[in-house]
Amino acid sequence: MRLLIFIALKHLLARKRQSLVSLMGIILGVAFFLAISSLMQGSEKDFIKRLVDNSPHITISDEYRTPRIQPAEKLYPDAMVAVSNVKPLTEERGIRGFEKILGTLKSINGLAASPVLLGQGIITYAGQEKGITLNGMIPEEIDKVSTIRDYMVEGSLDKLFGNPDGILIGINLAKDLSLKLNDTMTIVSPNGDIKRFKIVGIFKTGRGGYDRGQGFANLKRVQTLLDRPNRINSILVKLDNPQRALDLSKNIERQIGYKSESWQEQSADLMNTLSIRNKIMYTVVSAVLIVAAFGIYNVISTVVMEKHRDIAILKSIGFQGEDIRRIFLIQGVLLGVAGNMIGLPIGMAMMRVLGNIKFKPPGSSDVIFMPVSWGFEQFAIAAAFAMVASILAAYLPARKGAKLMPVDVLRGGS
Amino acid sequence: MAKNIVLRSEHISRILDTEALPVTLVKEASVELRTHEFTAIKGPSGSGKSSLLYLLGLLDRPTAGKIFIDDTDITGFTDKKLAEIRLEQMGFVFQFHFLLPEFTSLENIMIPMQRLGKLNDAQIKKAASEKLEKLGLIDHMHKLPSQLSGGQRQRVAVARALANNPRMIFADEPTGNLDTESSKTVQDILKQLAHDDGCAVVAVTHDPEFAKNCDRIITIIDGRVVV
Repeated sequence: MRLLIFIALKHLLARKRQSLVSLMGIILGVAFFLAISSLMQGSEKDFIKRLVDNSPHITISDEYRTPRIQPAEKLYPDAMVAVSNVKPLTEERGIRGFEKILGTLKSINGLAASPVLLGQGIITYAGQEKGITLNGMIPEEIDKVSTIRDYMVEGSLDKLFGNPDGILIGINLAKDLSLKLNDTMTIVSPNGDIKRFKIVGIFKTGRGGYDRGQGFANLKRVQTLLDRPNRINSILVKLDNPQRALDLSKNIERQIGYKSESWQEQSADLMNTLSIRNKIMYTVVSAVLIVAAFGIYNVISTVVMEKHRDIAILKSIGFQGEDIRRIFLIQGVLLGVAGNMIGLPIGMAMMRVLGNIKFKPPGSSDVIFMPVSWGFEQFAIAAAFAMVASILAAYLPARKGAKLMPVDVLRGGS
Repeated sequence: MAKNIVLRSEHISRILDTEALPVTLVKEASVELRTHEFTAIKGPSGSGKSSLLYLLGLLDRPTAGKIFIDDTDITGFTDKKLAEIRLEQMGFVFQFHFLLPEFTSLENIMIPMQRLGKLNDAQIKKAASEKLEKLGLIDHMHKLPSQLSGGQRQRVAVARALANNPRMIFADEPTGNLDTESSKTVQDILKQLAHDDGCAVVAVTHDPEFAKNCDRIITIIDGRVVV
């Protein structure tokens, strides 16, 4: 084998310029593959992180996926009876037996769950009225299921702990109503109850609607305001591994009956878009490597053509078809290995440079870095793809060389 | 000096299928190659001399007839097996030196030895140097073929043919491209290999002077062995 590598190397070195050009193809292919895929992966991860972090991984709500069957339909399932204009029984909304459900959920490893009472309220302040979605939560548990703490710009989430009438509101709402930290305001519930809240913190998530319409307050206080003592209508779940959400949510729903939605389900359309985008990205980047493979094919098939006489000589000496095939395959492998050895570090350098590019998205005041994400598998895919492309590109001419009959060349003279 | 038969062909023919008509290159040739013998294959251009040499040298397969090496019928052997026989028992010298252009004289001789793999690197280098010395080329061992004269190249080619100490040497017009002096040198070397080293040397030639210098002459006309 050493001899075959020696011969292969001599062949490549004998035509340095051609070899270098095809090598450049692989180097650029590998480097761009890495840079582009890290950027795409980075933006995808960044996107999913925002999606996953800012929303609960699983949301259990007090709804059912299929409407309840009316008693008449239940009684006569096959009858041709249609009951129209049936108004469902008035029932108090909320998740029944939520303490038990929470107990079950909390026994699952790597899972944090917290009850929430979501309700609408109207803020009246300085003659203005604004709707707000109140998130009644247990203050000590907010961190477990929400990232709102990371977005605090004034005040602190901790101030909710000691203040039963404290509230966190978004920066847009504060601006709209000219409210400031420590100001008090009045919230009216749909059934007319009024409570006063003190602003103990202001958050800014960057999402306009959220920063204008959401408020976080003490669960008990919200229950009192909405006149739903000891009731909750939602359970938020966070997982150590967000990817488990889809399966787990189905299990939970099967067990408790209430609608249980994973973040994937809630953002199914976005996830589809991402997966399509990924496919496009890999196709485009692979195309770069395929073009590089043609470069290798070109060089090695030229070598095989130019080396007809040498192949005949080697065969007459006693080299076998297999030896000849290996000599040219090794040339493909050598180009692939060299391409990887140079291309991977260049790709890594490109990632570094990309990762350090700062920019300000339009409409945002924050300067952000290009999201770059790279893992072992990207390097493995780039390296493997380049190797496979190089070997395949070398295989066809190698096979042709192996099949060459020495006597055909010798008969033809020099 | 006992002359033993190393290779024997029985009525071998080679018919080449071309698009127009099948062409008979060699017709029912029965020849023997013996140790210690320098044999010439002589004949006019296109008579099938080289084709016969390629058949005897196992570079081509006969379409009919049989070839025996030491009484073993090797006609049906696989390409792989035939390549092994060429590697171990045969050496080739062609009209055009046919050296590998990227490799030095020494490397050209070392390649068959390395492929055979019976010696270690140091032994191979030593043996290859000895071959070059024998042919008076020791000063040119690190030169590429392009840096050598025609006669020197052909002597390197002979040295390469001798690399694995073959029992048979096949030469296809080995002096066809050389001046008189170089031609004489190569002829003498081949003769010496037959007489002193006991090789069965067979050379294709259309040079009557060359043929006269050989121990035996096989004449071939229109693919048939006539003498």
